[in-house]
Amino acid sequence: MQSAMALSFSQTSFTRPNHVLGSTGSVFSTPTSLRFCGLRREAFGYSTSNQLALRCERIRIPSRKSFQVSASASSNGNGAPPKSFDYDLIIIGAGVGGHGAALHAVEKGLKTAIIEGDVVGGTCVNRGCVPSKALLAVSGRMRELQNEHHMKSFGLQVSAAGYDRQGVADHANNLATKIRNNLTNSMKALGVDILTGFGSVLGPQKVKYGKDNIITAKDIIIATGSVPFVPKGIEVDGKTVITSDHALKLESVPDWIAIVGSGYIGLEFSDVYTALGSEVTFIEALDQLMPGFDPEISKLAQRVLINPRKIDYHTGVFASKITPAKDGKPVLIELIDAKTKEPKDTLEVDAALIATGRAPFTNGLGLENVNVVTQRGFIPVDERMRVIDGNGTLVPNLYCIGDANGKLMLAHAASAQGISVVEQVSGRDHVLNHLSIPAACFTHPEISMVGLTEPQAKEKGEKEGFKVSVVKTSFKANTKALAENEGEGIAKMIYRPDNGEILGVHIFGLHAADLIHEASNAIALGTRIQDIKLAVHAHPTLSEVLDELFKAAKVESHATTRTVSEKVVV
Amino acid sequence: MAVSSSSFLSTTSLTNSKSNISFASSVSPSLRSVVFRSTIPATSHRRSMTVRSKIREIFMPALSSTMTEGKIVSWIKTEGEKLAKGESVVVVESDKADMDVETFYDGYLAAIVVGEGETAPVGAAIGLLAETEAEIEEAKTKAASKSSSSVVEAVVPSPPPVTSSPAPAIAQPAPVTAVADGPRKTVATPYAKKLAKQHKVDIGSVAGTGPFGRITASDVETAAGIAPSKSSVAPPPPPPTPVAAKAATTTTNLPPLLPDSSIVPFTAMQSAVSKNMIESLSVPTFRVGYPVNTDALDALYEKVKPKGVTMTALLAKAAGMALAQHPVVNASCKDGKSFSYNANINIAVAVAINGGLITPVLQDADKLDLYLLSQKWKELVGKARSKQLQPHEYNSGTFTLSNLGMFGVDRFDAILPPGQGAIMAVGASKPTVVADKDGFFSVKNTMLVNVTADHRIVYGADLAAFLQTFAKIIENPDSLTL
Repeated sequence: MQSAMALSFSQTSFTRPNHVLGSTGSVFSTPTSLRFCGLRREAFGYSTSNQLALRCERIRIPSRKSFQVSASASSNGNGAPPKSFDYDLIIIGAGVGGHGAALHAVEKGLKTAIIEGDVVGGTCVNRGCVPSKALLAVSGRMRELQNEHHMKSFGLQVSAAGYDRQGVADHANNLATKIRNNLTNSMKALGVDILTGFGSVLGPQKVKYGKDNIITAKDIIIATGSVPFVPKGIEVDGKTVITSDHALKLESVPDWIAIVGSGYIGLEFSDVYTALGSEVTFIEALDQLMPGFDPEISKLAQRVLINPRKIDYHTGVFASKITPAKDGKPVLIELIDAKTKEPKDTLEVDAALIATGRAPFTNGLGLENVNVVTQRGFIPVDERMRVIDGNGTLVPNLYCIGDANGKLMLAHAASAQGISVVEQVSGRDHVLNHLSIPAACFTHPEISMVGLTEPQAKEKGEKEGFKVSVVKTSFKANTKALAENEGEGIAKMIYRPDNGEILGVHIFGLHAADLIHEASNAIALGTRIQDIKLAVHAHPTLSEVLDELFKAAKVESHATTRTVSEKVVV
Repeated sequence: MAVSSSSFLSTTSLTNSKSNISFASSVSPSLRSVVFRSTIPATSHRRSMTVRSKIREIFMPALSSTMTEGKIVSWIKTEGEKLAKGESVVVVESDKADMDVETFYDGYLAAIVVGEGETAPVGAAIGLLAETEAEIEEAKTKAASKSSSSVVEAVVPSPPPVTSSPAPAIAQPAPVTAVADGPRKTVATPYAKKLAKQHKVDIGSVAGTGPFGRITASDVETAAGIAPSKSSVAPPPPPPTPVAAKAATTTTNLPPLLPDSSIVPFTAMQSAVSKNMIESLSVPTFRVGYPVNTDALDALYEKVKPKGVTMTALLAKAAGMALAQHPVVNASCKDGKSFSYNANINIAVAVAINGGLITPVLQDADKLDLYLLSQKWKELVGKARSKQLQPHEYNSGTFTLSNLGMFGVDRFDAILPPGQGAIMAVGASKPTVVADKDGFFSVKNTMLVNVTADHRIVYGADLAAFLQTFAKIIENPDSLTL
């Protein structure tokens, strides 16, 4: 469970540049010198009933810290409802963001309700990161078993590997069900009220759900997430022209599938489909595949993930019209030049997957009741996730987290934002440092990143007048990677040589998604290279890839003279 | 890198250091040089061409100090593609890391000489760069002549390879309707296109049998005349050297490997050797041995050694002189119907180098004097060590000399390399008790030589006569120094 959540893959795609610019733009404007963000430490950890019991007990003990809630002084936790409100906090949307916020709210002693119009778990658990990880687990193994050379180099002999499509699909579905139940149970066990029905904002501090249930809360968080974005001209029939929602059910494995968009989602699906025997054609609006990644990483990734596989691609083109297969004709895709809009080509394929990013799900939320105007569907918020209305002023007691605000469309970002909001409403000011939020793409091998790309860092350095250095290492130099016969990959770190600040880390290689956290934690906690390079890594492990980076970095300032005084008795 | 006519410094994506590949790019710029050697167009093309016309060879760069050969991971550019200065052209895997290799000239990638997945020694030409589009064809011919003349490509000289065959850019106002009834355009799957490119198959000429008449991978494989392979790894195209390694691995039911055994794929050199060895089986050979008294030769050797003369040069010179008197032993039979007397006597000498085997050639061994031969030999060995032998320096032999005497081997027999008439295997010279014709015993240094020859052209008597001459020269070596 823990890993499933932590490894949540991004449901964002960088194929639509406007989305990206929106989010990175805000990332840029976030001050970098912010503190805490490691609040997710206990957000998920209850797969057994024992743990549940423990956890509930712990939560019910009145917090020793005295905190104040200005309006509703609820000092005794869940017990007494506030005088004027039904709840301290209402969250609309029980996805990963809402769930994270709810759990943290309970810990902070807030009386919390969560409204869900569909199924608990949202996109990530039901139609995103979680089931896709199940498919990728299969594709990774298929890929390995099919690679005769790879097996031979281990001295292994495997006869032809095959798969049962329904079995693979069931695995994905079972995983989603399991995680969804875990999520639901965890909230129930903690005393979060799960209210079923479509939620909307009626007015300040007032929410409607279902047919006509009206409840009030001191604070409201909108966490309604997003849905697959389908550009106009594309007809989705759910069979031959599909979105990630359909693809995750794996109802068929077409011989040839076109994937529109080469961001995280498209890449991951290309990994799955090619491993299961499909041929893939990428259609990318930008001039190069995998935009949004560090250029060096995307170059290498293309060399490993695209070129040797049964994949071709068209870049700089839009799919202006996609017609599902019918009347004995294949799927027809019309391509137009992304710049001139002139017709360029027509493709005939067996299926098309639309992975052009995600659109916020904010319709019918009653935002007009609080005078909020969405921008391309996204709810405008400030750096503290406070909703901004049409006049540019803050709407009191209303917050929006996750994909719906478009700041950083990642499940774990939503969760971190939710926790940040709960910190604020329970009396502690908090601003989330989005630059410390890692992202990962679970291809084989994986890609992960945190912070700035090299061009972004250089631009920033130029603007703010500091020097930027880059250090790189190859997985070929790592013993564990070589033992696994997986020497393909690089890791690079972008940093300030003057003070040792880590600006960004990008990894492409075996288990990159797990490796990134040492770097993202260092960024979140403000740990400098000169300090972290003294930390010890077990040998031989993949973690030494990062160790290698830290040690190879040339930092002018010395380690802070902080001695660890706690002695451990051996 | 020794042969660089121009080498360049540039920023790099990955650098090497000994065992540890990390580095700070701010401090260690690395050398990623591509070497281009300009070649003035061959005399046969002495038409009135543009004066600046140039075809450059792209060489395997030395990416680290210890690198002797590199593997082509992938060609980023395809044949016929335009290159701008500074663009990455090819990805090379050295013993340490993968690196992008950039071009330092504008032009066109005219021909790929060493394909993806193949290995080439440092300094070997891996591709050709034409300055103008017009020169692409010329460069291609050049590339073709570089690669084996015997390996006939199943493909007609094709126009610049069709890569993705985009439909002709007809300005169609309404493509929607046009597609439905218009002439069918070529539809090929991604893998089919990849294979077509790999096997240089014109995708337009392939008949599609897949769904909706599309061209599938197996269609391309049929067109290319290869059995549809189960694995996704396509067989490599022939390497540039004449000893092409299109190893027709007969997939018989091999017994399972013993535990703890390891599989090591052949290097380019190993596969070349392997292929030659298999080919040699088609030649009927026989062997004739002969003892040679070397007392006089040893004495001569002691005398000329300080002047830099090597035993190899002495033996090559002696063989050369003997061959001059027995031209049939220096002849070669290539087609089994006729044979040719070679105009030159070029002695190839087998040398073991870095676990490989190469045969640098002493050309005109009969004509050059001993000192020149020795000098030439040293030069060739040096080049062989650094893998910089030019093809004519290792494949122009007409007779081969193989000497294992220095290891104490008293006799052995050699396999006749294809295309040559005979090979001489030289054993160690050892004190041996010999009886002369009067019955007196004496101890003389005797060396056993054993010649393997092609019995289609060289008969027993020919070989015996040749050996007799050779022995006479060795036993009265004064003529060697003339």
